[in-house]
Amino acid sequence: MSTTIERPKTQPLFKTDDLSRRGLLKSASTAGTALLIGFNFSTAATAQTSENDKPAEKPKAPVSPFESWVRIDETGQVTLLSGRSEMGQGISTALPMVLAEELGVDWRGIKVAQAPNDARLFGNQGTGGSGSVAESFTPLRQAGAAARLMLVSAAARRWSVDPSACSVKNGVVSAGGRSATYADLVADAAKLPVPDLKKVPLKKPEDFEIIGKESIQRKDIPSKTDGSARFGIDVRLPGMVYAMVERCPTFGGRVASFDATKAKAIPGVIDVFEIPAIEDIHSWGGVAVVANSTYTAMQARKALKIEWNSGPHAAESSESIRKEFRRLVDSPMKVVVNQGDAEAAISSAPQEYKVEADYELPFQAHATMEPMNCTVHVRKDGVEVWAPAQGPELTQGTVAQVCGVPVDKVKVNTTLMGGGFGRRYQADFGVEAAQIAKRIPHPVQLVWSREDDMTHDFYRPASYHRLSGAVDSQGNILAWKHKSTSTPISEWWDKAGTPESSELGLSFQNPYMTKNYRLEYLPTASGVPRAWWRSVEASSIGFVMESYIDELAHAAGADPYEFRLRQLGRARKVPHGVEKNEAPVDTDRMRGVLELAAQKAGWGSALPQGRARGIACHYSFHSYTANVAEVSVEKGQVRVHRIVTAVDIGVPVHPDGIRAQVESAIVYGLTAAMKSQITIKNGAAVEANFNRFTTLRMDETPEMEVHIVPSILPPTGIGEPALPVVAPAVFNAVFALTGKRVRRLPVMATDLA
Amino acid sequence: MPVTFELNGRSTTVDVSPETPLLWVLRDTLNLTGTKYGCGIAACGACTVHIDGEAARSCVYPISSVSAKRVTTIEGLSMDRSHPVQEAWIEAQAPQCGYCQSGQIMTAVAFLKKTPSPTPQQVDAAMSDNICRCGTAQRIRKAVLHASELMQAQGGAR
Ligand code: FES
Ligand code: FES
Repeated sequence: MSTTIERPKTQPLFKTDDLSRRGLLKSASTAGTALLIGFNFSTAATAQTSENDKPAEKPKAPVSPFESWVRIDETGQVTLLSGRSEMGQGISTALPMVLAEELGVDWRGIKVAQAPNDARLFGNQGTGGSGSVAESFTPLRQAGAAARLMLVSAAARRWSVDPSACSVKNGVVSAGGRSATYADLVADAAKLPVPDLKKVPLKKPEDFEIIGKESIQRKDIPSKTDGSARFGIDVRLPGMVYAMVERCPTFGGRVASFDATKAKAIPGVIDVFEIPAIEDIHSWGGVAVVANSTYTAMQARKALKIEWNSGPHAAESSESIRKEFRRLVDSPMKVVVNQGDAEAAISSAPQEYKVEADYELPFQAHATMEPMNCTVHVRKDGVEVWAPAQGPELTQGTVAQVCGVPVDKVKVNTTLMGGGFGRRYQADFGVEAAQIAKRIPHPVQLVWSREDDMTHDFYRPASYHRLSGAVDSQGNILAWKHKSTSTPISEWWDKAGTPESSELGLSFQNPYMTKNYRLEYLPTASGVPRAWWRSVEASSIGFVMESYIDELAHAAGADPYEFRLRQLGRARKVPHGVEKNEAPVDTDRMRGVLELAAQKAGWGSALPQGRARGIACHYSFHSYTANVAEVSVEKGQVRVHRIVTAVDIGVPVHPDGIRAQVESAIVYGLTAAMKSQITIKNGAAVEANFNRFTTLRMDETPEMEVHIVPSILPPTGIGEPALPVVAPAVFNAVFALTGKRVRRLPVMATDLA
Repeated sequence: MPVTFELNGRSTTVDVSPETPLLWVLRDTLNLTGTKYGCGIAACGACTVHIDGEAARSCVYPISSVSAKRVTTIEGLSMDRSHPVQEAWIEAQAPQCGYCQSGQIMTAVAFLKKTPSPTPQQVDAAMSDNICRCGTAQRIRKAVLHASELMQAQGGAR
């Protein structure tokens, strides 16, 4: 099968000419039961649609990524169809807030419903790249403003007044003592011509009443306090049975033969059979067990006797990968960016001004609290799927292929997700569930054990970096050379792309001033599966760059905060070194977050004995973040007491949601910096459960303080960008305190003893 | 062999193999899915319920040993999210994905019953064995302390 997987890369911000290409699809006019605002990103704003409890006619032209559709019915109920998924990031709150702001209704009354899996209408429904709010912001505002304009016009006509005489509050239009509800006006409004989207006036940011408000409580939270929130693993259907799959522990291994006699003899076991691997999406295949409960399936798995063909990667280990890393950085590599002559500059610099350092980062598992799972019911008339999936379209397409039915015969219900962090972009769990369900005349819920989840993840790539460079006698950066290798994501998901494209992040556009900059890369081959992990390559590159700039600051005898400010220099837009279409980095915004974090953390002020501060800043997903960490070290154990974060993400839509996302990224980043890793032995993951893959505990969780730079720029993402600055701020503080540099993550007690 | 126990105030009988963990009886036999599976080895706390008022990890608790005991799950905490711990949780906007939160709340309720006015350090110690991958610890800490105040104001533990 041929399935290409696309994860939206960081997208450029909306530009005005993009906006002008967006046409309003249509409002209902013929049936007149609802006002329907849809969007078609193509040039033509055409299709007439009507709506009678049925989805509107689909636009003919292909549409580019967008996923919302606004509907107001005769009762005044506003519904927002969204293709994005709630995985804890709070979009079921933020998206209605944006719509309500322009529409003039109470955001709490807006229903968020799942958009049908229609790529042409709703575009890419993947939830990732920290893009849910960023990419919906302007289109949703336009939708709200257009609908409001039509509703106001309907009222103005009815009362023979000028629309400008009308005011709107909470879904009620009023003028000169008269008033009418949206419910009242919908039928009339739907008959009016649709305003030109690009000309619809939008509120000025200073007039926002909902966007940016502090006291907003998230809609999804109450149901998460009483057990009523239903995740994928909580789907319960009449007649449903449960399945588990025994996969080869070695990556890339296959079933040679198996004996299911004992497993089948266990009461409650319904069937045992092999499911094949599906290479394109890296689904492993294995032996499936179907039973009347999850526990019975677990027991039956243990009773299986399987001979594995352990495949080509059985000899791989963390040590073998590390050896290859070192061999590559010791050898000439592909030159990716080359400005000035870094090598000559370094060799001409006096020894005391030179800094050479190797950094190393391991594989990391996503370890979402809810393990992978998926429920599939294959019926004669079609296939229904309940999937906690960040990429429902991909699930739909791959399930259709597995079941041999057309895509439109597969209905995917996206469930709540118990964490995503990038893992739920994949289709492997959905595909396995379909492979099993097509042989079973009942709904089947496939559940991965925690061990399955941790040992068959798509990990954050492991990487190795050799940095060399020098400062000059004025304390400026003379040269910066970065040789990097990793087990690239592209080898798994984008063979056509260059291997370095998703590995080097901000090092493609180093914001620090140096005339001599050189970036080199070579991929390290590996059978360990990997893909997008929270903040992707920024999680590694942020650590490397922000540790190294700190090392340079110390070599220059400068304060690390002041050194950064000086090396960012005057306000500049730093272009991407390779991709001309990538947005430039704005050093002024970087300076802004650095200054805010430093000021709020009291950078430079006295600390209790035995504590020190470290600082770091970074740019990823179009967002700017900076951290100041305060640490102590006892018997080699790092303790992080406080982290002060500043973020610049454009207009802050839901400030408390932003703070929650930042806190979340900090804890996730601290776990990766100080606790967890996936090591490889005999071609398999060693850490299989939370007893060995340990995470930051509450008693290790620092006090966190988040500050948001006021801004009226279009919003950018926040699910990921606060992560890359965690590890460098912490270990820069550790250096300030102990003089010991941590260059390999996660830190070990022996590193600092 | 049938096992009878009290579940959220009602006598309940199930007939499953005796070593079946309480977690799977709740989730698969009784369709009470509020109690979550996270690790199966008592390492994460997602499956925490109360057995005779004490927090217990249902993933390693065989159903046979629940016989004649009193089990409370997240669904049985209150009819209407009115338990002070639930109120404090909403107030602090603690959950993100929410998956670990049933276990967090059940752990907190049992803890506050024993320690009605905890120090922040006691809260940390009591809650540290519950894993949250979304990183909600800071808000949970705040919520537990706030719940304790609410409970004092309402005249003691529930
Ligand atoms: S599922 Fe029981 S402690 Fe993790
Ligand atoms: S809220 Fe997601 S794991 Fe705790």
